[in-house]
Amino acid sequence: MTADPGNDAFVVFDHVQKSYDGQTLVVKDLNLAIGKGEFLTMLGPSGSGKTTCLMMLAGFETATHGEIRLDGRNINDVPPHKRGIGMVFQNYALFPHMSVGENLSFPLEVRGMGKAERETRVARALDMVQMGRFKNRRPAQLSGGQQQRIALARALVFDPKLVLMDEPLGALDKQLREHMQFEIKALHDRLGITVVYVTHDQGEALTMSDRIAVFDDGRIQQLAAPPVLYEQPENSFVAGFIGENNALRGTIEQLQGDKALVRLGNGELIDATAVNIREVAQTTTVSIRPERVEFKPDLMPQGAHTIEAQVRDVIYMGDILRARLHVAGQDDFVMKYRNTLGQVKLSPGETIRIGWHPEDARALDPV
Amino acid sequence: MANALDPHAAIVTKAGGLDRQGTLRTADGRPLKAALARSSRRARRRAFFLVLPLLLFVLITFVLPIGQMLQRSVKNDGFSANMPQLTAWFHDNPRGTQPDDAAWAALAADLAAAAQARTIGVVGTRINYDMPGTRSLFTSAGRKARGGIDPPYRQAILDMDETWGDPKLWSVMRMAASPYTANFYLAAVDRTRDDQGQITAVPEQQQIYVKLFMRTFWLSLAITATTFLLGFPVAHLLATLPMRQSNLLMILVLLPFWTSLLVRTTSWIVLLQQQGVVNDMLVWLGLIGNGQRLQMIFNQTGTIIAMTHILLPFMILPLYSVMRTINPSYVRAARSLGATSWTAFRRIYFPQTLPGLGAGALLVFILAVGYYITPALVGGASGQLISNMIAMHMTQTLNWSMAAALAALLLAGVLILYWVYDRLVGIDNLKLG
Repeated sequence: MTADPGNDAFVVFDHVQKSYDGQTLVVKDLNLAIGKGEFLTMLGPSGSGKTTCLMMLAGFETATHGEIRLDGRNINDVPPHKRGIGMVFQNYALFPHMSVGENLSFPLEVRGMGKAERETRVARALDMVQMGRFKNRRPAQLSGGQQQRIALARALVFDPKLVLMDEPLGALDKQLREHMQFEIKALHDRLGITVVYVTHDQGEALTMSDRIAVFDDGRIQQLAAPPVLYEQPENSFVAGFIGENNALRGTIEQLQGDKALVRLGNGELIDATAVNIREVAQTTTVSIRPERVEFKPDLMPQGAHTIEAQVRDVIYMGDILRARLHVAGQDDFVMKYRNTLGQVKLSPGETIRIGWHPEDARALDPV
Repeated sequence: MANALDPHAAIVTKAGGLDRQGTLRTADGRPLKAALARSSRRARRRAFFLVLPLLLFVLITFVLPIGQMLQRSVKNDGFSANMPQLTAWFHDNPRGTQPDDAAWAALAADLAAAAQARTIGVVGTRINYDMPGTRSLFTSAGRKARGGIDPPYRQAILDMDETWGDPKLWSVMRMAASPYTANFYLAAVDRTRDDQGQITAVPEQQQIYVKLFMRTFWLSLAITATTFLLGFPVAHLLATLPMRQSNLLMILVLLPFWTSLLVRTTSWIVLLQQQGVVNDMLVWLGLIGNGQRLQMIFNQTGTIIAMTHILLPFMILPLYSVMRTINPSYVRAARSLGATSWTAFRRIYFPQTLPGLGAGALLVFILAVGYYITPALVGGASGQLISNMIAMHMTQTLNWSMAAALAALLLAGVLILYWVYDRLVGIDNLKLG
């Protein structure tokens, strides 16, 4: 993965490294090119370096090595207030001693804008997030969702080309969070701004992003569009981090192009697609999504290997049923199937045969 | 507007305005309020008994003595209690009446009685407060009158001393005949009463208290300002440094608390006196000549330096406790919105430290206004504060009424300041920790 030096890249991280203590690297050789108007999400567990990357882009941290370019210009030595980047903080960071209107007016004031224009802009930004009525309130008098909207409006009021969002929806409840995801996405589409979004919530990343960069251990593990990331994870970390995932451990028995035959711990054979394994006899983790597992013989693909599974328990989840299976000596195998009229009832202790399309089983590096 | 920094206040008031429809009752028909009071009565009583010792302690050692002091500032019965007959004559005859034979007879009888009872000194002291130099008049008259005074009384007494005929003396005695007087307060603001009982300013060379009050006020203000200038950066460091360094710094801030006040004050004398460390250094560096050694102690400079040092923690600690709660993302947000670091500090960070600053400033100012030991030790003549004058009246002149009046004025000044602060900033914005 190297950064695309193409002219259309709006934000470029070029071999960026960051260390806080001079002994360990928090960000290890980051290369990333973000296109103009793109919605890019940095996704990863805490401590993976994603927030550090955002802070370097915003100018609150300096890169230990490498170069960060914004619109073709090296911004390593540009102080934060001259970068012209809008930012939404995790705790909103609305100034508690100022009213909503004053909060929004602040970035315009420090840019020396006249009063009349400031007021038009503030009114426009508030209308954009449907908060026009709240201009004279204090932040503490607003609910979490309302504060979030104001923070968003404040980051956009001075028309930045790039907006950074640091887990902006983390403090909201589930329903509000989903609603705000939709609104942020709609704003992005309408205004055509570039957004770099940091989150540890993979659902949020999948629903909002054009592309997702999955961070772990200071590196980008995979950079891809949501469907690719979900369906074709390139390594075990990505497969495990995004969505629910079954991991079966085994060794490569046969390897033909990208078709692999994997022998599991109990001696059974399964088909898989080789992703980042090179040779026969290598140990591997085969990743299969729970909803791609099939147990009705007539629905199984032709010629696929099936293996025996014992039902441990079935959880009724409304729209779907979630069965925990004992497969190849592992107890944590999960299968999801739709709750349709006349669906087969599985009961604990029952033995069934399960299978899947070889493309859905991805042989990855061993965990 | 008083709650500009506390947006919650409005919400709370609204929630309090629930309207009640009839009386709510519990399941068995008792009024809900009575049931609630009953159910929490035990807990309340126990809580009351737990605080009772402290309550009594505060009452006995704090409220009663202060009340006594305040009473003393307006009441002094040194004259009225020991000169009953003359007091009765003053009561029966209005102001402006010339002392007649009855008056002189009463005076003679009282002088003789007081001399017998050995309370003539108390009487003299009381009159001396309002008319300096008259104490010996009473004591010598007492000595002569011990065996009784023979009529005609007027002549006999005037023979002892011509001063007994002075109308001012009679005016003063008339005022002292009432145990309650505002004269100590008048004296505390450099005012006195003339022969006609009118309030006038005391002669210029005797005007000391108002000047001293002003000096106390300005010095306290200067000390508050310097503690702010020195303490603000330290508090900021304390709040932002990593744990280990900030703990060490905190120990350094608190260290003065663990050292005796006298030791700290005298070490300033060692440092700042004319043959002291600082002057020696300046001379050695060639910045000043040996003959130009600076006078840095036993004057106002010394008072300001030593008291700033002693009161600094009272500014730092409230500031620190407020700064610690200010999320660094506010300043970051301001920077990302285009503010320079100075603008971010001025518009975003500083306003949020105001509750701590207010608390610290109020605390330092009030402590400084009443400070006694340090100015007494390092203040010299020009660095004395009003509290030193109060101490002098308590221990040397023994004019406790005067000391009480000065202290009461000081207390009133502090309360007014508190009230002004409440109106301007709001006392609920005070954060001490």
